[in-house]
Amino acid sequence: MNKYHQISLSVNGKNIQREVPARLMLADFLRQDLSLTGTHLGCEHGVCGACTVLLDGDAVRSCLMFAVQADGREITTIEGLTPNEGLSSLQKSFCDHHALQCGFCTPGMIVTAEAFLQRGGKIDEASAREAISGNLCRCTGYQPIVAAIVVESKRRTTTAEAGDAR
Amino acid sequence: MPVEMIGQAVPRTEAVRFVSGRGKYIDDIQRPKQVYARIVRSSVAHGLIRHIDVSVARATPGVLAVLTGHDFQGLLKPIPQRTCPLPGMENFLQRPIAIDRVRYVGEPIALVIAEDAYIAEDAAELVQPSIEDLPVVVRAEQALTDEVLLHPEQASNSATTYQVGFGDCDAAFAQAAAVVEERFYIHRHSAAPLECRGLIAEWDTDQERMSVWGATKVPFANRAILADMLNLAPENVDMIECDVGGSFGVRGDFYPEDYLIPYAARLLDRPVKWVEDRRESLMALNHSRETYCTLALALDATGRILGMRGSMLVDHGAYVRTNTGVMAGKGTQFLPGPYRIPATKFDVRSVCTNKTPAGTYRGPGRYESTFARERLIDLAAQKLQMDPIQLRRINLIQRDEMPYNAGALVPNMPAAVYDSGDYHDVLERALVAFNWNDRISRNGTLVNGRHIGLGIGCFVESTGGGPGEHVRLTLRAGGVFDLALGASSAGQGHETSMAQVLADSLDVPMQAIRVHHGSTTLLDKGFGAYHSRSAVMSGNATLRAGDAMRERLLKVASNRLGRQISTLRWTRGEIVDAETGAMLLTLSELSQGVRENSGPEDRGEIEVQASFMCDQLTYTFGVHLAEVAVDPLTAQVEVLDYFCTEDVGRVINPEIVHGQTIGAAVQGLGGTFLDEFIYDDNGQLVTGTFADYLLPTSTDFPHVRGETLELHRSLHNPLGVKGAGEGGIIATGAAVANAVSAALTAAGVSITSLPVSINKLAEQIRTASYKKSGEPMQIQGKYLLNAHHHRVWQALMDPAILKQAIPGCQGIEAKGPNVYELDVKSSVGPVSLRMRSTMRIENIVEGESYRLVIEGQAGPAGFAKGEVKVRIAEIDGSKTQLDYDAEGEIGGKLAQVGARLVEGVVAKMTAQFFKNFQAQLEPSLVLSQPLAAAAGSIWPSAAMIPWLIAAASFGAALASLVLCGLRGG
Amino acid sequence: MLANSSGEAKVIAGGQSLVPAMNLRLSAPKVLVDLTGLEELTKLGLADDGSLAVGAMVTHSRMLHDGQVKKGWPVIEQVLPFVAHEQIRNRGTIGGSLCHADPAAEWAAICVLLDAKIYVQGPSGKRAIPASKFSSGVYETDLEPNEILTEVVFPPAPDHMRWGFHEISRRHGDFAMAGAIVGVGLDSAGRLTDIRLVVFAVEDKPRRIDADVSHCLGMTFDAASIDALSLSAASCVTPRSDLHASAELRSDLVYACVRTALMRVIGITTVRQV
Repeated sequence: MNKYHQISLSVNGKNIQREVPARLMLADFLRQDLSLTGTHLGCEHGVCGACTVLLDGDAVRSCLMFAVQADGREITTIEGLTPNEGLSSLQKSFCDHHALQCGFCTPGMIVTAEAFLQRGGKIDEASAREAISGNLCRCTGYQPIVAAIVVESKRRTTTAEAGDAR
Repeated sequence: MPVEMIGQAVPRTEAVRFVSGRGKYIDDIQRPKQVYARIVRSSVAHGLIRHIDVSVARATPGVLAVLTGHDFQGLLKPIPQRTCPLPGMENFLQRPIAIDRVRYVGEPIALVIAEDAYIAEDAAELVQPSIEDLPVVVRAEQALTDEVLLHPEQASNSATTYQVGFGDCDAAFAQAAAVVEERFYIHRHSAAPLECRGLIAEWDTDQERMSVWGATKVPFANRAILADMLNLAPENVDMIECDVGGSFGVRGDFYPEDYLIPYAARLLDRPVKWVEDRRESLMALNHSRETYCTLALALDATGRILGMRGSMLVDHGAYVRTNTGVMAGKGTQFLPGPYRIPATKFDVRSVCTNKTPAGTYRGPGRYESTFARERLIDLAAQKLQMDPIQLRRINLIQRDEMPYNAGALVPNMPAAVYDSGDYHDVLERALVAFNWNDRISRNGTLVNGRHIGLGIGCFVESTGGGPGEHVRLTLRAGGVFDLALGASSAGQGHETSMAQVLADSLDVPMQAIRVHHGSTTLLDKGFGAYHSRSAVMSGNATLRAGDAMRERLLKVASNRLGRQISTLRWTRGEIVDAETGAMLLTLSELSQGVRENSGPEDRGEIEVQASFMCDQLTYTFGVHLAEVAVDPLTAQVEVLDYFCTEDVGRVINPEIVHGQTIGAAVQGLGGTFLDEFIYDDNGQLVTGTFADYLLPTSTDFPHVRGETLELHRSLHNPLGVKGAGEGGIIATGAAVANAVSAALTAAGVSITSLPVSINKLAEQIRTASYKKSGEPMQIQGKYLLNAHHHRVWQALMDPAILKQAIPGCQGIEAKGPNVYELDVKSSVGPVSLRMRSTMRIENIVEGESYRLVIEGQAGPAGFAKGEVKVRIAEIDGSKTQLDYDAEGEIGGKLAQVGARLVEGVVAKMTAQFFKNFQAQLEPSLVLSQPLAAAAGSIWPSAAMIPWLIAAASFGAALASLVLCGLRGG
Repeated sequence: MLANSSGEAKVIAGGQSLVPAMNLRLSAPKVLVDLTGLEELTKLGLADDGSLAVGAMVTHSRMLHDGQVKKGWPVIEQVLPFVAHEQIRNRGTIGGSLCHADPAAEWAAICVLLDAKIYVQGPSGKRAIPASKFSSGVYETDLEPNEILTEVVFPPAPDHMRWGFHEISRRHGDFAMAGAIVGVGLDSAGRLTDIRLVVFAVEDKPRRIDADVSHCLGMTFDAASIDALSLSAASCVTPRSDLHASAELRSDLVYACVRTALMRVIGITTVRQV
């Protein structure tokens, strides 16, 4: 049995090849090997959501995956959702709505929110709350996070409609 | 006219970093050549360490060192108290690692350092402790007996015992028209910030300098403690704050690891990084809140409070930590709260148990005392048949009584003086904002199957804990200011709010200001962030720094321009002619010649330092209002609406304050319903992961609103601010408990113990419903049995026979002498019911008679209880008469059917029993005498049939019960 | 591979139950055999006889969004949103859930409700196990060592049946303290013709209690008969007790869950969730 594995994957659009120990967690791989420290660890048992990343576009808990399981897959972290200059409109919405205090849950929230917004379907306060129900926040009481997501979803709908109208 | 920055909802500059994942939390920091530490913790709650075998761990490749208590022998100093030391507590302090005894599950017993974090964790598992068990003291009441001492060199488990009070309390109670007294319990829970703790310590051998990253809250105090423990001068220790993932009062005070990790760094001469995992954090970070409070109020006939007395007992776990005294000390101080109480007397005690040590958690002592007091006031209102709001109005301190001397209730501390406020005004505004007068009509009513309840909680809170704060303000190249704060930040947004204060006081745009906080490298001295002090302390120090810098800049300009200062003016970041207003020097020009700095720690040429020292606390007042819906069957509680308001005098950044309020309220609601540290009898923490220690999520409390009032400024500081941050949590337990109790008044439930968890509430509802009288029932009859009376008596005592005879009996189990548990299931028509009951046999006259006392629960169907008197008499050698006389009650669903109907059906089922019983006595069936009391044929309307059927099957169970009691002991 | 590792190996499917246990060091297999690469375990499709074949590695999310599943087995769409949270559903698999055998798991309840057949394969060949027999207790299944679950086959769901579901947990997405899934058949006069009722999270595995409520057949399906049915259901379970709910509370919760599930069949929705 192999203790080390060669993996080849895409992280935030970049192709990465590495040799990793079998037992290295995906979250640790991202944070330590790739220095992508935006993904945080809050519990390591799959409850708090601070470690959320996108796996082929789906929100998953990176503390519950081994790096080797990401072989051949596409990972997007908070760094991959941040433009080179400035902030994405979802990130701006978080800032505008004071949707963070200590910031520790924030990357996980934004990744989860991004996946939710892209899934389509009805977006209102109730569905936004449900979408982030797997992400814990101790500081904000969730209200401003939900507001930031709902406002951003409206903006995207308006933009899309404007785009369609042309 | 320039916009005043104080009071603006300025978006936080630091937010940009956080939303893009560029925060630098302790685990994000790497130091060159760092190694990794893992703490080995006791899995035994109380024991003597016989030996710790580290040989296998030490031999593991990659492991650099394994240290146990013996390696620190003689070097260990106890971790001192930092605040609110209560008399005697100094004898119960903790040393950073256990040497010969462990006192709680989670206590550090060894330290592993390895090249790799995964290896360190592997090696930690290979450490083999041999610990001889000692009896475990889990509950406070056990601890109070002092039979098993946690600290044998002390004579008791009580770390502190004292009495405080003022006025003549005995007289107050003697002349009271009404006295209410109640016992309250607040459960053990704590903050669980999302980021676990971590540290990196690095020793510079040449400079003999220790640097520690990961400090927060009170870095200067911790620096002093660590320096002393390492025998270093404080100036040779740097505590550096990075980004912090929440604190809420539990992070930042000095913990065992704060010594162990730096010690290891110096020993190995390598930077040592330690980050705990969540399971560790839940058992190692301070717990809080566990308190037993007995409280009594004496009132006159009009509802005026004459006196308050009681006892406060805090269960603080195995040791006293840096701030453990705050819970008992301040908890007691805040018992009277915002009310005028002329006489008080409190017995206060804080006791050791074999659980994680406890300390401050947001609103420490306040959450607990507010719960007890506000519940008691509602109970007093009930007793006096007064409106609970009106009772509060009568007793709230009036505006014209300010400043109000609230008495000295903490040993060695002066009296608390509430500086300003109009509590009545805040209360009325809150009631209006919440629409209390409309909602109150719903109070206690049933809507869609749920009971609605309204509740209130009022509180005072002290903020602005002293003694003071320091800041340093430096002009940098490029015309930018660096403001260094002694205060720490764990998300409160000081970088932005202090910049707002400085922008106003120095009259420069916000963009010209950079704020740095928390590290001891920034300032010579400082204090930190605790007791909601930053707006007061750092804010006012910043205000002064701004003023001082203005003067400095005018001096610099005067020298540069060769003009008198009086001819110059500083306005909007520029030096202008005092008369004409003509611009003379821009900020950028002023900063020409200033050296480039490498970091905010660098001192500069154009620099001022400022302090604000104030030993007077400020006091805020707030009100929480709640509307809940309680499902009496499932015990689920929904918070329909929650509103909190607090008068904080003056707000620097309303968005930051509002964010704190909502966050604190949700945290408090979670703490009231969900969070719970549960220990088993062996002192094992059974809620050790987030799967069982439950934190509120986005869907649990969606309806929370808050309003911050700026009505009455503080008189103690130039800004007039009062501090905020904890008010949102303080009255959550109280308001919820009052609301749930109001909802369930008719059901006889009064919440006096937290949490209001579904399991606890279900038990209370069940017990209360059981205590109530149900529908009375009466059945009598006699049967002629075809057997000798000795045989009958024998058969009545034979569980095997009875099990066969009772229709639907699933089992009979002896629980003790003459006590049995029965499980009876009956199916009649489409409904089946299951009754589990306890039966006691009393007044036995051998061979003749006895009495049965039965208590049965049929789950959602209801309950039954009653007594049956049974007598047998010989008719002749082959026949026996049996008389029975049963009286009882049925409650719940079945009572809704009506006792008459139930009785009728019971009668039918009784017949079945005796048929079965007779068959057991002998093979052939014999006619038994029909019932003496038959209800006749009752056929209700079709709609009632299902209920009747339900009742019938229950009745079958009841009858079976009643009659199956005919057994001997 | 499993056989060669002499008991030190475990298979990993979605990892949503196994990896937390490993992170907490409660489980420490020396070898993990990742089933991700095996294509035959990811199939999801209709067979000729109208039954649904689901590979062991199909995720909860995929089941939730699949058109064929929605159409033919609509009860699944009602239940799956209550399995944990989105992030877990994206990785968690039906095979993993069934093999973990937590008494509160929704998948086992659904399989029992729909009379699914569970196929396992090992060195000695393939066998089929009825869902009701697969779980043998808390975290225990009928799997022999070195066997893996390969697929679950759902027979066509009776299309005259209408479905209802309710579970009660401490917070949304938590393990249920009690849950019920029900399928009801009514004649043109609104009387009960047949019923399927599974109760889960209450005992050590989910259980069909149709027989215990069958005496309600023939009754008009209305609020009163729903109540009678629910009382009967509560009476025939022997609930377990734990940290979050006592046996007595669970008994009340069973009544509430069955009642709410039945009311949902006829479209009576309650205001609150969870």
